[in-house]
Amino acid sequence: MSRFEPVLLKRLGMSDSTKLSTYLATGGYQGLRKALAMSPQEVTQQVIQSKLRGRGGAGFSTGLKWTFLPKERTKPVYLCINGDESEPGTFNNRVLLESDPHQVLEGIVISGYAVGASKAFLYLRYEYGECYRILERAVEEMYAQGWLGSNIQGSGYSLDIQLHRGAGAYICGEETGLIESLEGKRAWPRIKPPFPAVSGAFGCPTIVNNIETMACVTQILDRGPEWFLSIGIPADPNNPRDNGSHGPKLYCISGHVEKPGLVELPLGITARELIDQHAGGVWKGRKAKAVVPGGISMGFLSAEELDTPLDFNGPGRAGCLGLGTAAVIVIDDQTSMVDVLYNTCRFFAHESCGQCTPCREGTAWSMKILQRIRRGEGSLEDLNTLDDISRTIGTIPGTTICGLADGAAWPIKNALKKFRPELEEYIQSGRRSTAPEALPAHH
Amino acid sequence: MTVLSDAIRAKIIDACGRYPNKQAVTLPALHWVQQEQGCVSKEAIEGIAELLDLSAAQVIDTMTFYGFFKDEKHPLGRRRLWVCRSLSCMLRGGDGLLSEVCQRLGVQPGQTTADGGATIELAECLGACDGAPCILIDDSLSLHATADQVVQLAKEPS
Ligand SMILES: Cc1cc2nc3c(=O)[nH]c(=O)nc-3n(C[C@H](O)[C@H](O)[C@H](O)COP(=O)(O)O)c2cc1C
Ligand code: SF4
Ligand code: FES
Repeated sequence: MSRFEPVLLKRLGMSDSTKLSTYLATGGYQGLRKALAMSPQEVTQQVIQSKLRGRGGAGFSTGLKWTFLPKERTKPVYLCINGDESEPGTFNNRVLLESDPHQVLEGIVISGYAVGASKAFLYLRYEYGECYRILERAVEEMYAQGWLGSNIQGSGYSLDIQLHRGAGAYICGEETGLIESLEGKRAWPRIKPPFPAVSGAFGCPTIVNNIETMACVTQILDRGPEWFLSIGIPADPNNPRDNGSHGPKLYCISGHVEKPGLVELPLGITARELIDQHAGGVWKGRKAKAVVPGGISMGFLSAEELDTPLDFNGPGRAGCLGLGTAAVIVIDDQTSMVDVLYNTCRFFAHESCGQCTPCREGTAWSMKILQRIRRGEGSLEDLNTLDDISRTIGTIPGTTICGLADGAAWPIKNALKKFRPELEEYIQSGRRSTAPEALPAHH
Repeated sequence: MTVLSDAIRAKIIDACGRYPNKQAVTLPALHWVQQEQGCVSKEAIEGIAELLDLSAAQVIDTMTFYGFFKDEKHPLGRRRLWVCRSLSCMLRGGDGLLSEVCQRLGVQPGQTTADGGATIELAECLGACDGAPCILIDDSLSLHATADQVVQLAKEPS
């Protein structure tokens, strides 16, 4: 395999990489220059041609989403950039913003131009304080040098970017939860339709896109859609609805590997290649027992499934929910799947926003069952109850408003399907977990 | 309504011009108040509501959804130290880190040490899993954290 030259991470490790002068001196803002010389429709066409799919988790076609905006404009259009990044295992947005904020900001201006927005909100999770300060300085430099504000570089196009900080809630990453939170309300996801493109932030047509998606837009405009299409896995010719998996992707690797970190690779690398060739292998010479393919919402690959390609289709074929955020978490063979499953159930119980009963009760119930099993008081019947919960909560069975519940269900489903003998053995032995008891929060 | 400082009042009024409506300034206002005062008191809520043309109940509704904001009965310590307990950190000792820190400082997550030095919090994935286990010091990430480091941070003046 020839070495892949990173594009999105080109400036990682470069000195003063966050400065506008460095960005301009290393080829920055060429994509925007090209975009401003085109019509907004032509820019959208470039993005459609590239077959770019959103990097925030759902993998929806970016260019197609933009065309859902109403043709007749009676209200302003808002662009909301999703920097809530909270899916466990995921840190690509953080590294992008820390190393190369202008690449993301350039994509925002290009996208704003394409969709006809004059205001963009960048919603950033509060915990990314360093990113926030870097972005503040970068935006300031852009205004000072005519890359933001009115009449950008003499083009006649005007855009303002408003940075907006979250307040520590995972559900603000769901696009309509984000919009509610931006509007100053509790982050309760909305029932769709209407989709944000029709009625989103402040009752106006709104496009929500991820941070990494914005960096891809920059590169597509600069290098052309053909370049983007030449990377990754083409669409399955037998599946007319497949959009393929094109372009470079940032893969996060954490957990039990020798070298956790972020790598940029063509979409479609296998989990095994990622672990062995890019993360120094499983730590301490051990073997992997399970691998999370794209954030914990996506479920688990078993040790036998590590040759699964991490493109938009691969994890689904192995029974996982999807590629998600391409955040790979390796779990070694010395770790109990009961402890792992308890951790995921606890996360979703904590983060459920509480407005749908199946999600609120189902996530709390599964956490309590796992607590009981960890105390050595579980029964085999508990596994059937977990199975029931995992089949009945979520947008896929159609019982909840948003996908958080599907993300809660999938690790349970996959654990029951792929690791049931281990769970049964644990329960029958009456063992208690040796992992430290999780502490309750006192507010 | 003297509880909001002039600086914060000015920031809130300025921000109102940068959003399509005033309610959108709720989260920024709550952040500024908590940063300055270590909590958001009932009077501050009323002050924010008045500036944003909202009822106090609307501000409270939003504020209490986010476990992030503290009322005047639970003011923050000088530092806020968040210990991550999500999966990547758990696999590399995050749960153990949190329980050791709490035990050595004699607090439960969400509580402040007796001398007011630090509030210890449990965090879900902080987005720094490459440095697991990791912590957040106010709003700055610190990778590869140890219990000694967290205890030290809780004790030293910030
Ligand atoms: C519970 C939940 C959490 C989500 N969190 C994020 C997130 O942190 N960042 C993100 O970009 N998308 C997140 N998403 C996906 C967004 O709803 C949305 O699809 C995405 O921001 C669209 O951008 P993209 O098309 O560029 O990927 C989340 C979805 C759900 C259901
Ligand atoms: S599925 Fe869960 S998180 Fe999503 S809206 Fe319903 S209760 Fe809230
Ligand atoms: S799991 Fe702790 S930072 Fe991601």
